[in-house]
Amino acid sequence: MATMTMAGAINAGMRAAMERDPKVTLMGEDIGKLGGVFRVTDGLHKDFGDDRVMDSPLAESGIVGTAIGMAMRGYSPVIEIQFDGFIFPAYNQITTQLAKMHYRSRGMINLPVVIRVPFAGGIGAVEHHSESPESLFAHTAGLRAVSPASPQDAFDLIQQAIACPDPVMFFEPKARYWDKGEVDVERVPAQLASDGGVAAATAEMGRARVARQGKDVTLIAYGPTMRLALQAAEVASKEGKSVEVIDLRSISPMDSDTVVKSVKRTGRAVIVHEAPTNFGSGAELSSRITEQAFFHLHAPVLRVGGFSTPYPGAKFEHDYLPDVDRVLDAVDRVTRH
Amino acid sequence: MSASGPLSTDGLVQVLTHTGEPVDHPTFSAYAAHLSAQELREMWRDMTIVRAFDLEATSLQRQGELGLWVQSWGQEGAQIGSGRALNGNDYVFPSYREHGVAHTRGVDLVEILRIFRGLQHGAWDPREHNFHLYTLVIGAHALHATGYAMGMSRDGMVGNGDPERDGATVAYFGDGATSQGDISEALTFASVYNAPVVFFCQNNQYAISESVIRQTRVPIAERGKGAGMPSVRVDGNDVIACYAVTQWALDHARSGKGPVFVEALTYRMGAHTTSDDPSRYRDSAEEAFWAERDPIARLDAYLTARGELSDEYRGEVAAEAEELGKRTRETVKSWTRSDVMDMFNDVYALPHSGVEAERAWFERYQRSFDVEGGN
Repeated sequence: MATMTMAGAINAGMRAAMERDPKVTLMGEDIGKLGGVFRVTDGLHKDFGDDRVMDSPLAESGIVGTAIGMAMRGYSPVIEIQFDGFIFPAYNQITTQLAKMHYRSRGMINLPVVIRVPFAGGIGAVEHHSESPESLFAHTAGLRAVSPASPQDAFDLIQQAIACPDPVMFFEPKARYWDKGEVDVERVPAQLASDGGVAAATAEMGRARVARQGKDVTLIAYGPTMRLALQAAEVASKEGKSVEVIDLRSISPMDSDTVVKSVKRTGRAVIVHEAPTNFGSGAELSSRITEQAFFHLHAPVLRVGGFSTPYPGAKFEHDYLPDVDRVLDAVDRVTRH
Repeated sequence: MSASGPLSTDGLVQVLTHTGEPVDHPTFSAYAAHLSAQELREMWRDMTIVRAFDLEATSLQRQGELGLWVQSWGQEGAQIGSGRALNGNDYVFPSYREHGVAHTRGVDLVEILRIFRGLQHGAWDPREHNFHLYTLVIGAHALHATGYAMGMSRDGMVGNGDPERDGATVAYFGDGATSQGDISEALTFASVYNAPVVFFCQNNQYAISESVIRQTRVPIAERGKGAGMPSVRVDGNDVIACYAVTQWALDHARSGKGPVFVEALTYRMGAHTTSDDPSRYRDSAEEAFWAERDPIARLDAYLTARGELSDEYRGEVAAEAEELGKRTRETVKSWTRSDVMDMFNDVYALPHSGVEAERAWFERYQRSFDVEGGN
């Protein structure tokens, strides 16, 4: 075990992947000598050099498009999009090219590209630096999309994503980069080294995790809102409500089986994410719960998330973002029934 | 037809005039000097075969056997000339009109029609031919060609001075594509990473209905110069000149000197696709002007004047074209859709629970119509 921040855990995971496989290559803006604007690639340029850690021209479509070409040549590019709001120049390459190549080539071309995206808000940033665009990518067939909520998950998921033969959108909750935790640095490397390890890792990457057990309400979160969900559950328990917390971990695929199993016991579900609730991943999950656990529900499934406004100025963001009170408000509303 | 801006003929490399008279080019003639009469005849044959196939496919679309067809008519010189300069290590990233290049890479032309019959999006193994799938999103593949070339550099495939080891990528795109950001970004990435890419622009003068004057005020090859790479304009209907210029460009890229930009000025004789109607936006005088500059007729005149195109050879090629037409008709009409459940295959390389759940549901739904197995 080692104590790491989430940023440090992603860094350690990438380093481990680069040491295992010389084809793993990093690319992005300012990821070289600077170590990235969040320092997630700190030290990797020094140790692996220009060919493995490439500062790219300032062009997101170009980064993704050339990563596709490198992947076709047998490389495993791990690219960094500097901020969530800057992913849109690359949206065409991601959705029309990266996501579809395996399908349109009838399985002949694998594109093992990982797109790291520091995302979500809460850091007092300027416009376009706090967004949560994950559902756009979960809506696109051919992509996988995950978001770690702890240093351990960050360390595990980044290595599983790099090993996965499919393109993976890797959403890093930037406000949680400096949270510390204990990390088992041996389990996932051993998993990947074992027979059938990549398939097992990919399957594991797509599974949700019950983070806290409870019996009255199922509270589902991922990435940036997991800490909040656990805080809300703790407060609720003092009010006599037993809240089960599920860390979804993966938005595509979405492990609704784990969620449905829990909701069938609790009869109530609240979903919390930073992205706008309107057409968000919570809408998809809510629909699946309704389809698969309708007769077990005691109350409507509720969502807590961002509003249908552009992400507001930093002085407003703590009212825009879900907080403990808004989550508890939703918990109160579902337990009234 | 005199023109300025993107239609200017200034600096166009030519080794045959449009009537097939040889002209010496101080730089580029040398790159085609080794071509034997037999090789030139093969270029004529390739162009003739590809055009015959193109006409056959157009007919099949008109008969309702294909949903759409994209003609390469008029661009055979640019495609066969450049395609025949490639070697086995080179990797091509075509747009969607590069049937001539596909032919030079050993792709069975008939297989291309699977795409246009709506059976599948990709119709050949790109790795077998070093010829990527057609890309319909304009310009997107120029970045893939650049990334692939960056990988080739890392793999030690440039600057060895050994044709068995060196290689480059070639990105084919049109005049309209040069307005896309992805082309600009590809030029930038290729340039700063010194990647072995040949950017081969077929300026066929039209992006569906829009003239090239709506894409640029200057000759397209200027774009390459702006990114710091050597750029050449070639007469795209002079198949030998296209071969020579591409040979030079590939030599440059393979040797480790970085990317090159080639603009082949040609003319799209047909419609953009079978859904298009060029009579609404261009006049017949213009089409007649370019018909006189036909790439096949030009090489034909050159070879005929030298007694290198015998009636016997013409007969052989005509028979080959006839046979291909027959095979094309029969094969296309024999194609039926595969099992409907194939729609769910290959979305991912490894299982994805979302797709698997829908596959299972649809299978049950389909089976519910089956009296034997239904409920």
